[in-house]
Amino acid sequence: MNRKISPNIVDAVDFDLQLKPYTLHTLDNGIQVYAIDAGAQEVTMIEWVFKAGNCFENKNIVAATTSFLLKNGTSSKTAFAINEHFEMYGAHLNRHCYNETASITLHSLNKHVHHLLPVVAEIVTDSVFPEEELAIYKQNQKQRLEVNLKKCDFIANRLIDEYLFGKQHPYGKYTSTLDYDAITQADIQQFFKTYYVNGFCTVFVAGKLASNLIEQLNHSFGQLPLNKQAIAFPQSLVLPTAEKKHRIINDANGVQGAIRLARPFPNRHHPDFAKVQVLNNVFGGFFGSRLMSNIREDKGYTYGIHAYLQNLIQASAWMVSTEAGRDVCEATISEVYIEMERLRNEPISNDELHLVRNFMMGSLLGHLDGPFQIIARWKSYILNGLDEQYFYNSLQTIKTVDAQTLQELANRYLQPDDFYELVVV
Amino acid sequence: MLHFNRFVLNNGLRVLVHEDPSTPMAVINVMYDVGARDENPEQTGFAHLFEHLMFGGSVNIPDYDEPLQRAGGDNNAYTTNDLTNYYCSIPAQNIETAFWLESDRMLGLAFSKKSLEVQRKVVCEEFKEHYINKPYGDVWSKMRQLAYTTHPYKWMTIGKELSHIEKAQIQDVKNFFFKHYTPINAILVVAGNVTTPQVQQLAEKWFGPIPMGEKYVRNLPTEPEQKSPRLLEVKANVPVDAFVKTWHVASRLEKGYYITDLITEILGGGGSSRLYQSLVKEQQLFSNIDCYHFGSVDNGLIAIDGKLVKGVRMADADAAVQKEIEKIQQTLISNTELQKVKNKTESSIAFEDMSVMNRANSLAFYELLGDADLMNTELDKYHTITAEDIQAYAQQIFNPNNGNTLHYYSNNE
Repeated sequence: MNRKISPNIVDAVDFDLQLKPYTLHTLDNGIQVYAIDAGAQEVTMIEWVFKAGNCFENKNIVAATTSFLLKNGTSSKTAFAINEHFEMYGAHLNRHCYNETASITLHSLNKHVHHLLPVVAEIVTDSVFPEEELAIYKQNQKQRLEVNLKKCDFIANRLIDEYLFGKQHPYGKYTSTLDYDAITQADIQQFFKTYYVNGFCTVFVAGKLASNLIEQLNHSFGQLPLNKQAIAFPQSLVLPTAEKKHRIINDANGVQGAIRLARPFPNRHHPDFAKVQVLNNVFGGFFGSRLMSNIREDKGYTYGIHAYLQNLIQASAWMVSTEAGRDVCEATISEVYIEMERLRNEPISNDELHLVRNFMMGSLLGHLDGPFQIIARWKSYILNGLDEQYFYNSLQTIKTVDAQTLQELANRYLQPDDFYELVVV
Repeated sequence: MLHFNRFVLNNGLRVLVHEDPSTPMAVINVMYDVGARDENPEQTGFAHLFEHLMFGGSVNIPDYDEPLQRAGGDNNAYTTNDLTNYYCSIPAQNIETAFWLESDRMLGLAFSKKSLEVQRKVVCEEFKEHYINKPYGDVWSKMRQLAYTTHPYKWMTIGKELSHIEKAQIQDVKNFFFKHYTPINAILVVAGNVTTPQVQQLAEKWFGPIPMGEKYVRNLPTEPEQKSPRLLEVKANVPVDAFVKTWHVASRLEKGYYITDLITEILGGGGSSRLYQSLVKEQQLFSNIDCYHFGSVDNGLIAIDGKLVKGVRMADADAAVQKEIEKIQQTLISNTELQKVKNKTESSIAFEDMSVMNRANSLAFYELLGDADLMNTELDKYHTITAEDIQAYAQQIFNPNNGNTLHYYSNNE
């Protein structure tokens, strides 16, 4: 045995990865239910996705407030009673608001699901948003915001999106404490009526599914006045900021700066998207990436640095994100540009590309392990208007995209002049 | 019921195998029986800094990450006050690569000066990012120093101060390695799409030849019983006042641990918990409040932690928390409430066990506690807890003399 020589490996690029297909069911009112039946534990995850994201609101923070307060009272149940009902069965009911969609997610042991579905149905049809609950929410959210505004990374994330998309765009807007003061119970009730009660819903379920789960869903949700008409996403104009370089002092005593470098990038339907995912991995997409190797593992400027394509539906952005020591922020930015330059000027070696391909395939294999992971991937595809062909095309890209193509892409996209540059101390 | 096989190599390395053919992946988890509690008080943060150095190359392999990534694997590690854990997940076909890498860094590190120099800086940035450059970032550093006078839980895993990390020398690194990173002080768990004979053969091949090392005998100073309440008042550049209070509780294997865990659910485990309902919703004294514990191996702390609504006086907030404490001490909790927190516990165990990685990690942890099979009796232990147990234990731990209070004031008046 020679410890200097690595054992033989099977190249992950040779794996024949499959995405387990979903089964599709349609409830009586037309709601589509995408299901993945897998796994050994007696658990179920159900996610109701409504077209109720912040792109539909006419006033800042109305969509997120509606989503947040869904658990805070119906005409027959108080907030406490709702919470207690789910917790009594050891279940978790969460809600999240995004740009296009807002979702409600239930995690439960299989044996309790039937106690919970009727209450979820009650919540999406009969929430009343009591004044008292709204007032408490406003007070506490404003305090929370004030705490967040002390954090350089929080400020940086808001500003970089504003630079990229403009403050009027759903992807670029953010909330002030005044926005909370401005929302009223009527705003929330109206939004709820339009985008939940009479809204458009798609359901994703995964786990070791009970044989009658679809029947149960149909019983609780199939007769609701949902999905009567399609709801189109409003088109918003992207109005990026003219000035590209920004330096902000948020805390004069801060010991680190939050650095963001970002450029606009098309969405997943663009033919370069999957190829750029590979290039991004080389650049800053994992621990062995060039940014991490140089800026963390060689220079020690930061605990971590990452590059990624933003997970957005209409348009994306290519982002580099890190928190670095205050005195090395500018040096960090220079190194990021040096790494862009190397990718533009030199082809990636076969050896490095081989490693990145294998890493991406291996991590894809790991990310498809288990029912919740599989349904999450399907959900992402379905909400982005993609199908399984996208999965298989992406695999093919990881396996075959060559160094020359990646260098061309670096020359097309990794141009410093195209990047917004921000440091918040 | 989680099935596993267990064997011990001649050098004392304990090996556990959990077979799960439903996944294409394999997980290799190596847990070392050393954490921040084993540090010299003048060199705190060292166990965690050392964890970073485990990625700086080993005696025969210049780079840990590269070959693992090339084999489609991914990895990470964490350090707590109690232990240090390294785990990687890799396509099962390539599991031998993980054996090769993990065994080589147990055999010996490269002890590169450059790696030490860089990782000192990286850890200092980690320290700043999480504990200095954040509002309320120093709360737990202050609370640990208040609550523990003697036991090494008095400092955080990241370390007491930046200077301890900045001063670390290569000789310290070597000493630490040879003292703690040996087969006799480690537990190897292999889980996923593997078989026990296969793991047995690979473990013998790669880990078998490593010298046993000396068993580290832990002899930590015990925390003396607290005799009087402690209070610390702090002013800082934060937007709102915060209240944090802790009480000493049982160690991980005592019955008191399970009761503590249920008490945290009763008081602070969600939208129907007592503190949230009473103090955030009804009285509106806090904008958020939580109750939790750390799952420490040695005697731990239960904590109540919240931010005050602006304009509320600290004394009123403190008194309102105390009132809830008295309620749980004076009135037996109902069967419904007891059932609720037990159901929540059952459910969180089921969801946690969905991931092979979590299962491997739990097996290693319970083995570290003394017996991996404890994992299979956890739920039963919760089931035996009665309402009377909870009341009696609440009376014991929430004794004012056992309490440590931190009033953390905003100076933006």
